[in-house]
Amino acid sequence: MILQKMKQEWFGNVRGDVLAGIVVALALIPEAIAFSIIAGVDPMVGLYAAFCIAVVIAFVGGRPGMISGATGAMALLMVNLVADYGLQYLLAATILTGIIQILFGVFKLAKVMKFVPRSVMVGFVNALAIMILTAQFQHFVGETWVMYALVGLTLAIIYLFPRITKAVPSTLVAIIVVTAIAIYGNLNVGTVGDMGELTQQLPVFLIPSIPFTWETLMIIFPYSLSMAIVGLLETLLTASIVDDMTDTESNKNKESRGQGIANIVTGFFGGMAGCAMIGQSVINVKSGGSRRLSALVAGVCLMFLIIVLGGLVVQIPMAALAGVMIMVSISTFDWSSVKNLNKLPKTDAAVMVTTVGIVLITHNLSIGVLAGVLLSAIFFAAKISNIHVSEELVLREQKKIYRVEGQLFFASVSDFPGKFNFTDSVDKVEIDLTHAHLWDDSAIGALDKIEMKFEENNIKVTYSGLNDESHHLKKRIGGLSKASGH
Amino acid sequence: MFKRILLATDGSKHSARSANHAIQLAEQFSGTIDVVYVVDEQTSKSDVLHNDSKYEIERKRKEKIQPVLDQLETTTIDYKVRILHGEPGPAIVEFVNTNDFDCVVIGSRGLNNLQTMILGSVSHKVAKRVDCPVLIVK
Repeated sequence: MILQKMKQEWFGNVRGDVLAGIVVALALIPEAIAFSIIAGVDPMVGLYAAFCIAVVIAFVGGRPGMISGATGAMALLMVNLVADYGLQYLLAATILTGIIQILFGVFKLAKVMKFVPRSVMVGFVNALAIMILTAQFQHFVGETWVMYALVGLTLAIIYLFPRITKAVPSTLVAIIVVTAIAIYGNLNVGTVGDMGELTQQLPVFLIPSIPFTWETLMIIFPYSLSMAIVGLLETLLTASIVDDMTDTESNKNKESRGQGIANIVTGFFGGMAGCAMIGQSVINVKSGGSRRLSALVAGVCLMFLIIVLGGLVVQIPMAALAGVMIMVSISTFDWSSVKNLNKLPKTDAAVMVTTVGIVLITHNLSIGVLAGVLLSAIFFAAKISNIHVSEELVLREQKKIYRVEGQLFFASVSDFPGKFNFTDSVDKVEIDLTHAHLWDDSAIGALDKIEMKFEENNIKVTYSGLNDESHHLKKRIGGLSKASGH
Repeated sequence: MFKRILLATDGSKHSARSANHAIQLAEQFSGTIDVVYVVDEQTSKSDVLHNDSKYEIERKRKEKIQPVLDQLETTTIDYKVRILHGEPGPAIVEFVNTNDFDCVVIGSRGLNNLQTMILGSVSHKVAKRVDCPVLIVK
């Protein structure tokens, strides 16, 4: 049975997976290099990451058909660490990121991710898109019109070439054409080679050379925690998208654990932390990939191409890479959220915009997500803390009925007693809680307080319509705060 | 003759018109209708991003083609809803050719020449590559 399932997961779609894997490898190379440059490390660091993560995930991931590698979200989080402490600290942080992610997987924290509201996720991808775009601006500083023309040409090819054929990824065609123009036209433009070294060899196992002290841990821990959270957030989002595209299920906890293992391995082999990639996964599925084999082929094929063609890769002009990154930014951005911004509930729109704003101010995706989650929690509490009380007077019985609708809990009960009139000249008051729910001791406390105030005026209080759960809660803690008990 | 009819829809007004024709065909030949809605990659991505659960996504998609389903509800025709994934043209072609359909009813979006060149026409692609008669509703 298990063997059968493994065979299906690996070799259920060999032809489609091999072809898609090759397409993905070709599309991965420029992105891995560009993300390395964003992070401020040599192109090899991103390429090794793409190789290691893709290969390891093929074996231990929970979502066959999904592609993982070096990503923009992770690269953006590590910029300061690299600038302040250098590559070795980044490798250590990558390993620690993996350890944190494995713990997330072990403790099944993938479930917690559903507490991240959709408006925060939309803000997250939009902020990511903007950050990837602005990271390209530095390449334009002090450049001539040649740079702009080459970027324009790259984008034109990327968007128009698919009209001719979709068999070859258009980003690859754009890069080949623009690189050829730069080489044969003897254009004096910045290239990948100017940004760092590209060694044509396989990654080797190395323990990061850092002092193993408490201080080091304190330096890398905040970065690792941010990367672990952001990595899982993007991974689980991507996994859900692949689930939907392929109409299949996946194991999210296994995927979290797999991402952790992949990052640990990557850190020891000189790669930077990564996660699942939405764009590449879409390319993979569109090209016919659906099983574990496609990620393995993508990783191996990428490494092979770098070893064989490394000499050419360093001659790719930065203009071509900037063009590819602008495309990545455009396709990452959720345009429908801008189009529908005025149609969304105001609170959702506010959460989305706040998430984006905080990311752009702090340059940290995880802080933006945290702020977004907090803000939506506050909005949520405010929304459900609206309590509606309607009254009805039954003259015959000298009785007043208060009908309460809403959720009674700490945030909602503060002005709750104010909705009752304690000086009415009635004998009895009935509080109808059919459409209310009591959540905590603040709710019980508020009811006790109301009861007490009525009794001070010699009005007897009865309750009706308590649901089971509320009834239990009331029985358990009710009456503790008042003398008579009930 | 036309016992199993496939009605391709994208929830637009155009496709509501095709539904009309499909219903007439089905009534004439006392056939059944499979309503097919294709979710492409871009839609997958934004649907997942904007909805909390699979169930919500499914509900929203059904809602989208509801006008067509309402039309079918007013008849006695036996119908099924199928949600496919992928690029609309190829996805419909594959589904039609692996299942025995007698006729495909599909709307033409009424694009101009330039739009057809850039976007490509789904109805043309389908008409060219399926193995059964196709009714393109303008």
